[in-house]
Amino acid sequence: MSPALPTTLIDRMIAARAAQDYQGLIDLVPYASWLGLTAAMQGEELITTLRYSEQLIGNPALPALHGGALGALLESAAIFELLWRAETIALPKTITLTVDYLRSGAPVDTHARGVVTRQGRRVTNVRMEAWQADRNAPVATAHAIFLVMRG
Amino acid sequence: MADASDELTRRLARAFSRGVPHNLALGIRSLGVAATEVTFELPYDTKLVGNPDTGTIHGGAITALLDGCSGAAVFAALTELVPIATLDLRIDYLKPAEPGKSVIARATCYKMTRNVAFTRAVAYQDDPEDVIAHSVGTFMLSTKLGKP
Repeated sequence: MSPALPTTLIDRMIAARAAQDYQGLIDLVPYASWLGLTAAMQGEELITTLRYSEQLIGNPALPALHGGALGALLESAAIFELLWRAETIALPKTITLTVDYLRSGAPVDTHARGVVTRQGRRVTNVRMEAWQADRNAPVATAHAIFLVMRG
Repeated sequence: MADASDELTRRLARAFSRGVPHNLALGIRSLGVAATEVTFELPYDTKLVGNPDTGTIHGGAITALLDGCSGAAVFAALTELVPIATLDLRIDYLKPAEPGKSVIARATCYKMTRNVAFTRAVAYQDDPEDVIAHSVGTFMLSTKLGKP
């Protein structure tokens, strides 16, 4: 008998993690695919990228990316980092998310990375950063607190 | 005077729900714009799902809804139309949204200074008292193109 195909999100996530299938992790989340998120390891870092498309525009006059799209990228980068690094057995639940918008987002691809600043027994604090052409000039930074159930 | 403000209200509602590509893509509709309060609706759609096991929509869609609604509340409170830019937005997620139902956001601009506007907003589904997310935001007024 062949092993049963993983059916729940967490089972499929564990399988994707075992296969080092970074993009597979993102494809599990319909909203992430719809938004245009991709993920790839660059050196030791898991970088989440929001591919530019016209539907991400919040201000057509500039044009500039929607603050909500940048917020979603930052939150997703943190969640992917947690799913990738930690021994989570459930999707982390966002308790609070704070975004600082530093520059208007140009209509190009945007990259983001999350860094765990504290991993507690029940909550994890993550700091995030999003940038476009120049990593030293972030378009937005954020921090978030997640409720995380550990295995 | 009622005609002029009705016309402004209609223009604002149209501008926010139809004129912002990301709001349009998400399916966000404006339910009402008043001097002190703006109400937006995000209809449920499977493309917005964050957890395929439960069908719950992703926090990112709620972030976009609250950000857009809060920005609209600032525009509604302005006496002349000037460009604005979000400085920061904090969102507390109190409980997951129930699948299959719209999420409604209601935002107010509760303080406006020469340079900065302050907003608060809630997101809920059936009952405005039964809040799923709460946010506070600050917006810079009269921004130059692309510079907060």
